[in-house]
Amino acid sequence: MPWTRVYINKDDFENTLARDGLRGITYREALRETQSALLKKDKRIFILGEGVNDSGGIFGTTAGLAKEFGKDRVMDIPVAENALTGIAIGAAICGMRPIFVHMRMDFLLMAMDQIINHAAKWNYMTGGRVNVPIVIRSIIGRGWGSAAQHSQALHSLFVHIPGLKVVMPSTPYDAKGLLISAVEDANPVIFIEHRWVYDYIGYVPPDVYKVPVGKGIVRRQGKDVTVVAVSQMVYEAIKAADSLQSENIDIEIVDPRTIKPLDEELILDSLRKTGRLVIADVGCKTGGLGSHIAAVVYEKAFSCLKAPVEIVCLPDTPTPASPVLEEAYYPGKEEIMASVKRAIHAK
Amino acid sequence: MNKIQAAVKKQLFYTMLKIRRFEEKVTELYPSQDMKTPVHLYIGQEAIAAGVCALLCKEDIIFSTHRNHGHYIAKGASIRFLMAELYGKSSGCSSGKGGSMHLVSPEVGILGTSAIVGSGIALATGAALAIKMNGQKKIAVAFFGDGAVDEGTFHESMNFASLKKLPVVFVCENNFYATNSHIAVRQPHDDIARRAQGYDIPGIQVDGNDVLGIYKSAKKAIERIRAGKGPTLIECRTYRWKGHVGPECDYEKGCRPEKELYDWMKRCPLESYKKYLFKNKIINQSGIEEMVKAVDCEIEDAVRFAQKSPFPAKEELYDDVYYAGSKDALD
Repeated sequence: MPWTRVYINKDDFENTLARDGLRGITYREALRETQSALLKKDKRIFILGEGVNDSGGIFGTTAGLAKEFGKDRVMDIPVAENALTGIAIGAAICGMRPIFVHMRMDFLLMAMDQIINHAAKWNYMTGGRVNVPIVIRSIIGRGWGSAAQHSQALHSLFVHIPGLKVVMPSTPYDAKGLLISAVEDANPVIFIEHRWVYDYIGYVPPDVYKVPVGKGIVRRQGKDVTVVAVSQMVYEAIKAADSLQSENIDIEIVDPRTIKPLDEELILDSLRKTGRLVIADVGCKTGGLGSHIAAVVYEKAFSCLKAPVEIVCLPDTPTPASPVLEEAYYPGKEEIMASVKRAIHAK
Repeated sequence: MNKIQAAVKKQLFYTMLKIRRFEEKVTELYPSQDMKTPVHLYIGQEAIAAGVCALLCKEDIIFSTHRNHGHYIAKGASIRFLMAELYGKSSGCSSGKGGSMHLVSPEVGILGTSAIVGSGIALATGAALAIKMNGQKKIAVAFFGDGAVDEGTFHESMNFASLKKLPVVFVCENNFYATNSHIAVRQPHDDIARRAQGYDIPGIQVDGNDVLGIYKSAKKAIERIRAGKGPTLIECRTYRWKGHVGPECDYEKGCRPEKELYDWMKRCPLESYKKYLFKNKIINQSGIEEMVKAVDCEIEDAVRFAQKSPFPAKEELYDDVYYAGSKDALD
C-alpha cells in the first residue's frame, strides 16, 4: 500500500509511486500542511511555542502559518514553558484546541508539572467532568554535537503516566494522519517527532484523513524475526532488512506509531509467527520503552519466545558532544542486524 | 465607587457564614475518620472568597487551590456534592476521584482545582486567554496563597497576562505561611502587591479580613478588565486559624506563635463585619439567627446526603483515566 511504505530516499519514491502520479512530500511539509488545514478547519485550534512564527518556523514545520492565520493563532510566547503549558491547558479546559510546539524535547522537562500533574490527571480528578484536549509537539534532535540537553528522547517518561497518550509517527503519511487524530482527541497527546526523519519523503494525500491513535502497522512482512522499531529506527530497520535479505534472513518490521496506548496485539501477533523479537528504540535502556515492550512480551507471550528479547537502544549515558562519541552512542542499522542475528542463533 | 446595596451586604455575610459553619462542621465530624481526605480549612479567610465571588456570574471561571472549600461555596456550588466528595462518595462533585483538594463544578465556572502550589494561576490565565480569543465577556479569577508567589508560575503567568491584557484577576491570599514556613524565610519582603509593578499592572493591597474592602478592590479590578486594560493583582492580607492541614490549630505543635493566632482571631472577619451590619442597621440579631438556622439546615442536609450516598464501585477505578465522550469532533 502506498501509504504504509517507507521510502529510504527520494529516488526510491520517484521510481515507484511518483511514476503513478501519487503526491510525495516530506515529513516536514506534511506537518506544515496539516497544521494549516487544521487551523483552517476549526477556529478553536491555535498553535503556540517559542519561535513558531519566526523565519525558521520550527524547522519549517510552522513556516508561513502566522502570515496565513495571524499571530494570535500562531503565537510566539515568552520562554516560560511551565506556565505557558498551564495556560494552554487552561485554554483547552475552556474549549480551545491548543497545539504547543517545543523545538527540543529537553525543554518539556520545564513543563512536567503542568503535563503530568495537570493535563494527564484533570479528567480523572474531576470525575470525567473536565477534559484537556491539548497536543504537545516535541522534537528529538540528534548529531552535530547537540549534546546532553538538546537531543534527548524522553518518550518513555510520558509512557509511564496514566492519562497521557504518546505518538511517534515515522512516515509523512502518519505524521499527517496522527496529528489530525491527536488534535481531534479529547485527551492530552504528546506528539513526538524525530528531526532526522523530517526530510524523508512519502505519499501524503492532500485531503484530511486520520490515522487512529493506538494502532500500529506492519511495515514489512517477514518470517524469521520481529523487529519492533519506533520513530527514526523504522528507517534503520528497513535498511537492516534489505541487507539481511541478502543473507537469507527475513525480518518483519512492526512500527507501533503510538506508544501509549501500545498496540500490543499487533506486536504479539507478529511474535507468535516469528518467535524472535528485537526492539529498536531511540531512547535509553533502563526503564525505557524497549524494556516496557519486553515486559509486555514476557508477561503475555513468554511461551512463544525462541530466544531472549534483544533491545537496540541508547546506552545509559547522557548524550555526548564529540562526533566520535556520538558515533559510539547512537545505534542504527548495524546494531539492529547484529541483534537480529543473535536472536536467530540463540539456543 | 457606587454604594453597595444592602442586599449585597447581607449576601456577603451569608456567604462568609456558610463557609464558616461548613468548615466548623467538617472540624466537628473529621475526628470520626469517615472523611478520609486531607482537609485544608479556610476558617479566618472567608472574607476573600465571599468578597470576590460576590461580583462574579456563574459563567465566570475561577481556579483555586488545595484550600478550596471557601471558593467552591462562595462561587455557588452545591455543598451536598462537596460534602459527599469529602466522604469519598460517588455522588461527590468529582465522583470520589478528587477528594477535598480537587473540587469541580462546571455549572458555576469551577473547572477543577489544582493542589500544586502556583499551578492554578497558569490555568486561570489560560482560561482568560480562551475568553479573549473567543471574544467573550466573562472573566477568570485565580485564587492562590503567598506560597505561590515563591513559584515561577506566578511570575510567568503575571508576565503573560499583562503582555496579552487578559481578563484575569490574581487574588493572593497572603496568610503569611506556606505550610509552616513563614513568608520572612521565603521572600525578601511581604509586600506582595508590589510584585505587580514588575509586570506593569496595578497591585492592590487590602485587609483580607475586610469583606467590603475586598469587594471594592475586586470591583476595581473587574472594571479595569471591562475597559480592556487587563489584569490586576490583589493581595489580601489574612490569617488561617487552623493548621495547614487538618481540623486542629497548630500552635500547640510549635508551628506558629499562639499570640499571633489570638491577635488575628480578635480580628475575625465575620465578627467585625457583623458589628458593621448592626451599626448600619442592615441586619439585626434575629436576622443573623435566622441566617445561621438556614445555613445549618443546609449543612445538615449535605451531611445526611453525603453519609447516605453509596461509595463508588471498585470498577470505577479505571473510569475517567481518559475522556470517554465523543463531544469533541472537529468542526
